[in-house]
Order: sequence, then structure tokens, then C-alpha cells
Amino acid sequence: MNWIAAVSIFSAAMAVSFGAIGPGLGEGRAVAAALDAIARQPEAANTISRTLFVGLAMIETMAIYCLVIALLLLFANPLLK
Amino acid sequence: MISPLVSPVLFHVGPIPISEPVVITWGILAALTAGSLALRRSLKLVPSSIQAACELVVETVDSQIRDTMRVDPAPYRAFIGTLFVFIFVANWSSLVPGVTPPTARLETDAALALLVFLAVIWFGVKAGGVKGYLATFATPSPLMIPLNFVESLTRTFSLLVRLFGNVMSGVFVIGLILSLAGLVAPIPLMALDLLTGAVQAYIFAVLAMVFIAGAVAEAAPESQSNERTPP
Repeated sequence: MNWIAAVSIFSAAMAVSFGAIGPGLGEGRAVAAALDAIARQPEAANTISRTLFVGLAMIETMAIYCLVIALLLLFANPLLK
Repeated sequence: MISPLVSPVLFHVGPIPISEPVVITWGILAALTAGSLALRRSLKLVPSSIQAACELVVETVDSQIRDTMRVDPAPYRAFIGTLFVFIFVANWSSLVPGVTPPTARLETDAALALLVFLAVIWFGVKAGGVKGYLATFATPSPLMIPLNFVESLTRTFSLLVRLFGNVMSGVFVIGLILSLAGLVAPIPLMALDLLTGAVQAYIFAVLAMVFIAGAVAEAAPESQSNERTPP
């Protein structure tokens, strides 16, 4: 195994692990705020949870981008061809 | 390990390779079309249970379009509804054993995102003419033209990567757990995958609505106030 492959594997792991931190914190904050809002206004729970799901999926996309980068590094690395 | 970025080719028609997601997409299209035609033949004033369920879907799509775009849903119902139903069925096709959802492949998602990109141009031109649509790129000031142009490309790309990444990662994780832990272990993850699939179909449709509504509202600002329905 040459050093480009080793660096690719290492940076793929780095991309996923560090890329998961930000969305994790963000989703935690979003869920906390949504629970707070539902506790204050239980009759608006439907709208809040619908918006929450869309927002969570948006935030989660950041982590998914990192996963795609990692998979590109592992499976479609142009430097390894 | 099989790369998730390439689609396995099943057979060739002449020089054209036909890959696995294309065949599954054909199956989904055939099932949806046949189901719709069969249902249309048996439409009644007092609906059967299947007809009632389909009416519920149509009314939900209508109310979502009305909530998000603030216009009459009729011109957009067919496109947005088809987009939602197709992505939903494609994401849930992983329930059939041996089927990989076609949305877990890059090509299907690229085609869907390209459709949204073209639909934004189509509805924008229809609302304000070619001149009116092109003028939306210079809306705050002509300085924004390159930025608006790049934005319309990157948001299409992020639409593609979002759907691909979410569905593909679900399939990938299930494969990994299956190879590590055994037969029953991935079942909770499959349930999570179904939830993600439904939410992603909803988000794809909502984002398509938002993009189209933005283009239409900017291309024809004077007719927008007339079409606006009271909340």
C-alpha cells in the first residue's frame, strides 16, 4: 500500500468523524428548541414537528456531504488510478 | 467491497448498457402507471378505500403546495406530486428483497435534480417570459448575476447529493451491519431507513416547490399579488 492510499483512508475517517460533530450539535439544539416550543404550545405540535423534520434533514445533509466525500476518497480516488 | 458509486450493468441493448437501477425504475414506473390507470377506470362518487387513500395523497400535496408557494396548486400539482410519489416509492422499494432503491444510485438522483433545474426555468419563463426570467438573475443588482447563476447550479447539485447521500448511506449501513452482525440485527436500521426515505421524498418535493416559487414570484411580481390565496 502506497502512502496516497494510507492518507486517503485516514482523511476519509477524519472527514466523517469531524463532519459529524457539527451536525450533531446542531441537531441537538434544534430538537431542544422544538421540544421547548411544543411544551409551551402543545396545540402547534403538528406544524412544529413537521418543520423540525425538514430542518433536521437539512442539518443532517452536512454530515451526509462528509460521508460522500469519504466515499469518493475510498472508492473513486483519482490519485490511486 | 462493491463501490456504491457505480451501478452494475445487467445487459446490453445494442451498444447501450442497461444497468440495474434503470430496470428497477422501469418496474416502478410500470407499477405506478398501471395502478393509476386501473384506479381511474373504477372512479366513483362514493370512493372505495383505495380511492379515498389516493384522494388523501392528492389533497395533502395540494395543501403543501398552497402552504409553501402561496398560489393555486393546479399548475404544479402534476410535477410536484409525481416527483414526491416517485421518490417515495423508489426509496421504499428497498422493502422488496433483493432490490436496491434506484435513488441510491447517482444517475437517478442526477436525473431528478436536472428535472427540477429545468422545471424552474420552465415555470419561470412561463410566468414572466424569457426576458422576465433572465431579469431575475439581476434582481437585487446586476452585480449579483454571477452569484445567482452559480447558486442555481449549486442548489441543483446539493439537491442531488442530499438525496443520493441519504438513501445510499442507509443501504450502505444496512449492508455493513448485515455483514458484521447477522440476519436480524439491521431491522431497526431498516425502519430508520424507511423514515429517512419518506422525509427525503418530502424534502425533495418541498425544495422543488421553493425553487419554482422563487423563480415564479421574481419573474412576475405584479401578477403574484392577484394569485395569492388568503391563508
